[in-house]
Amino acid sequence: MTQQLILYPLFLQMAISIILMFGWSRIGFQKVFSVFGSILSVGLAVWLFSYIWTNGTQTIQAGNWEAPFGITFVADMLSVTLVLLTAISGLAVSIFSGGSVLKDRLRFGYFPILHFLLLGLNGAFLTGDIFNLYVWFEIIIISSFVLITIGGEKAQLEGAVKYFTLNILASMIFLTAIAVLYGITGSLNMADLAQQVALVENRGLVQITALLFLIGFGIKAGVFPLYFWLPASYHTPPFAVSAIFGGLLTKVGVYALIRVFTLIFVNDPFLNNIILIIAILTLISGGIGALVQNNMRKVFSYLIICHIGYMIAGIGMFTEMAIAGAVFYLVHDIIVKTNLFMVSGVVYRIKGTNSIRDLGGIYANWPRVSLLLFIPLFSLVGIPPLSGFWPKINLIKAGFAGGSYITVGAIIFASFITLVIIAKLWAEVFWKEGKELPLRSNFGYFSKMTTAKRLQFIVPVTFLSIVSLYIGFGAEHIQELSARIADELVNSQGYIDAVLKPKN
Amino acid sequence: MRTTIILKTASNYLLPVLLVFSIFILLRGHYLPGGGFVGGLIASIAFILHSFANGLNKTKELLIVHPGFLLPIGLAIAFMSGLAPVVLFDLPFMTGLWSHDPVAILGSVGSALFFDIGVYLVVNGVTLTIIFTISESA
Repeated sequence: MTQQLILYPLFLQMAISIILMFGWSRIGFQKVFSVFGSILSVGLAVWLFSYIWTNGTQTIQAGNWEAPFGITFVADMLSVTLVLLTAISGLAVSIFSGGSVLKDRLRFGYFPILHFLLLGLNGAFLTGDIFNLYVWFEIIIISSFVLITIGGEKAQLEGAVKYFTLNILASMIFLTAIAVLYGITGSLNMADLAQQVALVENRGLVQITALLFLIGFGIKAGVFPLYFWLPASYHTPPFAVSAIFGGLLTKVGVYALIRVFTLIFVNDPFLNNIILIIAILTLISGGIGALVQNNMRKVFSYLIICHIGYMIAGIGMFTEMAIAGAVFYLVHDIIVKTNLFMVSGVVYRIKGTNSIRDLGGIYANWPRVSLLLFIPLFSLVGIPPLSGFWPKINLIKAGFAGGSYITVGAIIFASFITLVIIAKLWAEVFWKEGKELPLRSNFGYFSKMTTAKRLQFIVPVTFLSIVSLYIGFGAEHIQELSARIADELVNSQGYIDAVLKPKN
Repeated sequence: MRTTIILKTASNYLLPVLLVFSIFILLRGHYLPGGGFVGGLIASIAFILHSFANGLNKTKELLIVHPGFLLPIGLAIAFMSGLAPVVLFDLPFMTGLWSHDPVAILGSVGSALFFDIGVYLVVNGVTLTIIFTISESA
C-alpha cells in the first residue's frame, strides 16, 4: 500500500472534484467540502513528505508496465516538497474562495475546477515521464482558462485572450520539443532520457531541443522576454484565482525548468550561460516594471516575474549551493506570492479599490489587520529574519564562488528594488492619509461583513503568514531540506537508479 | 425553427439506431478502431439530431436528467476502473484487470472497458451540455 502512497494526492484531488461535481448547484456544500478535502490533502502531503524523507526516492509504474515504457511516477524530495506546498496554498485559497468569490461564479463549477487545477499541479510535480508532464500541463492550463474566464467580465476576457494565446503557444513549443527529443532518443521517460541524451553525438541538435524546452517552459514561468501575458492577465480574475495562479502556475514552469535542466540537459556551459543571461534580464526588467504600476495586483504580477529571476539564476549557475538557493526561494515564493494576492483581496474589500494612489489610511482604521498584512509584504522583501532573506544568501554566495559578479549585482539590484516597491506600497496604502472614496453600492465592504465572513479572509492570510514566519525563523530546517534537494538534483544518478532499477 | 416532416420522421428512427451504433463502436474499441470517445460523440449526435428535428424541450424530456449530470458519473466510473487494481489487488493504478473466460459477443472483459464507458459518458455529457447551452442562448 505504501508504494501507492505517491499517487494518493492525485486520487484525493480527483475524488474531491468528482464529489464536488455531484453537488454542482449546492454551493454551501461545495464550500465546506472543498475546505474539508483540502485539509485532508495537507495531511496526506505531510504523510508523503515524511515517508520520502525517511525512505528516499520512491517510484511507481502506472499500469504496471516496466520503466522506460510505462508511465513512471517519481516522488523525490523536490516533488514531495512541492506537493506539500501545493496542498498548503490550496487549503488557503479554498478557504479564501468561500468568502471572496461571488455566488454567480461559484454556481458555474468554480470549486470542481479549482481542484482539477490542484490535481494537475500535483500530477506535474510527481510524474517522471516527459509526455505525461505535457498532459498535466494541459490539465493545468485548461482548468486555468476556466478559472480566468469564469464570470465573463470584459477585462477578464481581455486578459484571458492574452493568457490563452501565449500559453497555447508555449504548449505547442513544448510538444514540438518533446517530439524532437523523442526523435533523437526514442524515449520519453525522464530518467531514461537522462542516460540517452548524454550519449547523443550531435550536440547541436541537443542544444536546439534544450532551447525549445527553455522557450516553452520560459513562457509558462514568465521569464524575460516572454512574460508579457502575465501582468496583462493576473489582475483580472477574482482574487482567489489570482492567488493560486500567482503562487503556483508560474512555479510549475520553474519546476519543469529545474527538472529538465538538472536531469536531462546537463553539463552544457552554453545553455547555462543563456539561462543566466535570461535570469539577469528577468530580474532587472521585472523589478523596473513593478516600479511604475499603480494597481496593487499589477505590482505583484511584475514582482512575480522579477523573483522568477532568482530561481532561474540558481539553475543557470548550476552549483549545489545555487540550486539549494533556487529551491529555498521556490519554497518561500509559493507561500508568499499566494498570500500577497490574498492580501490585495483583503485591501480591496476594505477600501473597494486596488489603485495605490486612491488607497490609504488602512493602518489608522485597521491596525491589527495591517500588522497581519505586514508579514507577507515584508517576507517578500526579505528583511531578516523573514523568509525572503535566506535563499538570497545562498544565491549570492554561489554567485561569488562561481565568479559571476553580474548575477550577484542583478540579485542585489532586484532585492533593493523590491524593498523600494514594498516600502512605497506600505507607505501609500497603509500609512498615507486616506482619501474619502465614493461608497460603492452593492459592494461587500469588509466593515459590513459578519465575523464569520471576515474570518474567511483573515484565516487563510494568517495561516500562510505563519508558514512564512516558520520559513523565516526555522530557516535552518528549510536550508537542510533545500540542501538535500539540491544534492539529489545535482547527483541525478540516484533518481535514474530509482526509476530504472526497481528494488524487487 | 421550421423543420421538414422528413427529418422529423427520420430522426425518430435514427435515434435508437445511432445509439445502438454508438454502443457498438464503444465495444469495438476493445480490439479495433473505435472506443469511448468516438462512441460518445456518436451518441451525442443522436440526441442533437433529435433536438434539431423536434425542438430542445422534447429532447430534454427524453433525457430525463440534465446531460451535465453524466460528467461526474462518467468520471467516477473511469476513476473507479483505475482504482480497482489498487484497492482489490494492490497493483499500481490503472493496471489492466482481465476476466479469464471471454464473454459472448464482448470478448474478454476488463477494467479498460469500464474506463471506456466512463469516457463515453463524459464525452456525451460534455458535448450535449455545450450544444444545449449554445442553442438555448441563441
